Amino acid sequence: MLRKVLRAFGAQELCSATSPPASVYHGCIQVWVEGTDVTVDTEGCARDVDVVGRVHSTESFGTVDGPGTRFVVFCQGCPMRCQYCHNPDTWEFARADGAGPGTSVTVGELLERYERNRPFYRTGGITVTGGEPMAQPDFVAALFRAAHAAPAGRIHTCLDTSAATFSAAHAERFSALLDATDMVLLDIKTSDPALHETLCGLSASHALELGDELAQRRIPTLVRHVVVPGLTDSEEECAAVGRIIGDWDNVVGLDFLPYHTLGKTKYDKLGIEYPLKGVKAMNAARAKELRQVALLARAQRRAERGK
Amino acid sequence: MSQQEAWAGFVGGNWEHEIDVRDFIQKNYTPYDGDESFLAGPTENTSKLWGEVMDLFQQEREHNGVLDMDTDLVSTIISHPAGYIDQPLEKIVGLQTEKPLKRALMVNGGIRMAVAACKQNGYEVDPEIVNIYTNYRKTHNAGVFDVYTPEMRACRHSHIITGLPDAYGRGRIIGDYRRVALYGVDRLIEEKKAEHAGTQKTMNEATIRHREELAEQIRALQELNQLGKIYGFDISQPAKTFQEAVQWLYFGYLAAVKEQNGAAMSIGRNSTFLDIYAERDLKNGVITEAEAQEIIDHLVMKLRMVKFARTPEYNELFSGDPQWVTESLGGMGVDGRSMVTKTAFRYLHTLENMGTSPEPNLTVLWSTRLPEAFKRYCAKISITTSSIQYENDDLMRVYHGDDYAIACCVSSMRIGKEMQFFGARANLAKCLLYAINGGRDEKTGEQVGPKFRPVEGDYLDYDDVVSKYRDMMQWLAEVYVNSLNIIHYMHDKYCYERLQMALHDEHVHRWFATGIAGLSVVADSLSAIKYAKVKVIRDETGLVTDYQVEGDFPKYGNDDDRVDQIAHDVVEVFMKYVRETDTYRNSVPTTSILTITSNVVYGNATGNTPDGRRAGEPFAPGANPMHRRDTHGAVASLASVAKLPFKDAQDGISNTFSIVPNALGKDGAVMFDELDLDALGVDIQIENPAPDCGCC
Repeated sequence: MLRKVLRAFGAQELCSATSPPASVYHGCIQVWVEGTDVTVDTEGCARDVDVVGRVHSTESFGTVDGPGTRFVVFCQGCPMRCQYCHNPDTWEFARADGAGPGTSVTVGELLERYERNRPFYRTGGITVTGGEPMAQPDFVAALFRAAHAAPAGRIHTCLDTSAATFSAAHAERFSALLDATDMVLLDIKTSDPALHETLCGLSASHALELGDELAQRRIPTLVRHVVVPGLTDSEEECAAVGRIIGDWDNVVGLDFLPYHTLGKTKYDKLGIEYPLKGVKAMNAARAKELRQVALLARAQRRAERGK
Repeated sequence: MSQQEAWAGFVGGNWEHEIDVRDFIQKNYTPYDGDESFLAGPTENTSKLWGEVMDLFQQEREHNGVLDMDTDLVSTIISHPAGYIDQPLEKIVGLQTEKPLKRALMVNGGIRMAVAACKQNGYEVDPEIVNIYTNYRKTHNAGVFDVYTPEMRACRHSHIITGLPDAYGRGRIIGDYRRVALYGVDRLIEEKKAEHAGTQKTMNEATIRHREELAEQIRALQELNQLGKIYGFDISQPAKTFQEAVQWLYFGYLAAVKEQNGAAMSIGRNSTFLDIYAERDLKNGVITEAEAQEIIDHLVMKLRMVKFARTPEYNELFSGDPQWVTESLGGMGVDGRSMVTKTAFRYLHTLENMGTSPEPNLTVLWSTRLPEAFKRYCAKISITTSSIQYENDDLMRVYHGDDYAIACCVSSMRIGKEMQFFGARANLAKCLLYAINGGRDEKTGEQVGPKFRPVEGDYLDYDDVVSKYRDMMQWLAEVYVNSLNIIHYMHDKYCYERLQMALHDEHVHRWFATGIAGLSVVADSLSAIKYAKVKVIRDETGLVTDYQVEGDFPKYGNDDDRVDQIAHDVVEVFMKYVRETDTYRNSVPTTSILTITSNVVYGNATGNTPDGRRAGEPFAPGANPMHRRDTHGAVASLASVAKLPFKDAQDGISNTFSIVPNALGKDGAVMFDELDLDALGVDIQIENPAPDCGCC
């Protein structure tokens, strides 16, 4: 049970860390996590508002990460290393002892920041992105549950993910999170499995398996695809992306994001070599045309399926 | 022409018996919650006329910003013969001089400024006029400098107080120009005569001044009648049509800008009023929609042409050549009805018919309860023209009711009932440096402020600095208020706004509008001192000239109460000190935090500050957080600003907000919609539309 409790903090490694031991008293479990006392009820679940996550930053005026104006939480840490990533500062995970990049923040603190400016988010809600939010599934689940249960009114929840940690074999680990997710922004990096590994450093299966899971759960999903010149901008590639999403009836939108080079300065600052050196920004008009190619392929795939 | 005929079809009320424009509006206006589809494009005459004005603007630019200037004729309401752009095409007539864009000579604010404005543009004021206004007829500027104390001069010189209206018109007064249209000038003269007859009998200084002012107001109204005659109109009687109402109202405004070159010559809140006339004429078939639009287009065209002779230094202070012809649109009535009418749409539509323009400063009084279609039209016009200013009606209505207007950019006042004494700004960031240095100026080392004890030691201590800062603010507030007292006394005496005040009630509420600059610099500096460590660097005379910040600190603009509370308290405390000094004519002190453009000049005059800002670096405009220090997005940034106490800054709090279009959201080509589906010729049902999706 202790492992389970600790996992709720997105801190699996803590079990072997040199933190003070958990102690049991008055029917509650007192757990020491990164210097914070957390009270856990005897069912073994922390109160959602006390759950701690590792966060890179928050943005109070998110307009491109889900519907309406949204409060956006950027998680710290991502197992992927996408060559075109424009947030390399969110890659590294914090260490188990709390050192390293990012800040430990409770669900309650995040919701408090949201509530301060609730009127701005009337048509929006909360979006968790990253980094990879699914690397801290229990934290995000707690945040979303608490958002739904917000005393001032239910908050719409949106998960922006590349599915890097998801696999169908362990879907139950993400069940609580997806139960509390109103919408997903899902990255399909490329339809080509080989390219996927060089482009992102991980297998393509994660996103595809999550896509299937979301379709089964009928969670509205917006699929995003970054169009990089010379890598993911061929018509075949885009048609293949269209066919993939043609299998998922829950997909409500398709966003083709033209690759831009604005992220480069962050790499320079972090001293990381920029992987796409020399690749020019994608022409936005061409990206729109390619989106049409994908939509056509999607429609054909759906027609084949009798939809 | 009888009142009965002019007022035919209007619902009567108190407004018939006394000057009460609001009552007339409330009883007669028609709220409009439809969309913009009724609007008409520019008429042929409008396009032609506007083309001619654009040519004139072009010529003006080619002549380094000034086309022509008066040098031997002092401007009054009736100083000039009629002037036209192209008379047969003009539905609304009247220019400040006899020629379009020719700048009038205004000397009552100060002859030196008038001479300098001409000289720097290559003109020379007639020596006889200079002689008269130097040796025979005193000006506002001369009066002020007779009375300024050495301390005030030093503060002015070091720029701890800047932008004082001591050499030009103070502006910020809005005449109720609607009264001219509704009542005709003769009725207004009658009222003023009755007021003059009914003043207090004891001839103390206040009564004497009051009676003289009323006499001046009556004279100005008589001249206003003559101004109408110069253009061939009898405006002594009420306007009978929409076109006349607009023309009458504009004559009132024109008389004001012929007489005064105030820093902001705002026109009020006229669209709901004028719409009553438009509705009546449209209903009676007197005009068509195209003609109604043409009349508003031609009014706005005239407002775009209002110009004053200014010096380059003045233009530097205000970043350009602004007139602040602010027209307030929309808002909600206290009875819950929206005050948006079709004419509010017509005003905004001028930006489509004649292209974008900074003047008149179209200001939407925004309420969450405004009609949806109007909100959408505002958004559309904002996106295409970037020319609309928005102000929070829900906030201001509580204080000013539903017949207030904005003067300049944010100063709200009830029209015809409140006026304000405009008072530039105190530089609170420089004041903090004076507190640290015991009243010595951080740039010159001169003892400008009182010789208080400077800070000691290498590191700044928060409590010590705050205590010293309070003392210094108290000193500054007193010098500042006293300087303004002198300025407004002299302005009333030598440069009185006769015509604008004639379009006010007899007893007006006077605001004493102070202003502050550098708020975010102060908040961040105090936050650095409190939450990080700030080391002082002294020069050989012991003067602190620079700071080293060790560690990080909360910065204003991130919705962080630790520093936002500091900003809040600074405003509150400064206003408390402002209130401790008597104000001229028992005016009610308030303040504004609204340096929209002059933040550059204020920053330039201020040395290094403890927040890490370098000497000379511009302040953030108004109540804005310092550039790039708000790192949590727009909502958090705005939330910090929203914590400032409006009760202490009733003259307005401004936040300048720029955003690239891409950061405002997706352009729509993301979600599947009917267009996508049509293009594909396949019938696709979206099965799980997002329940709370607000963007698509």
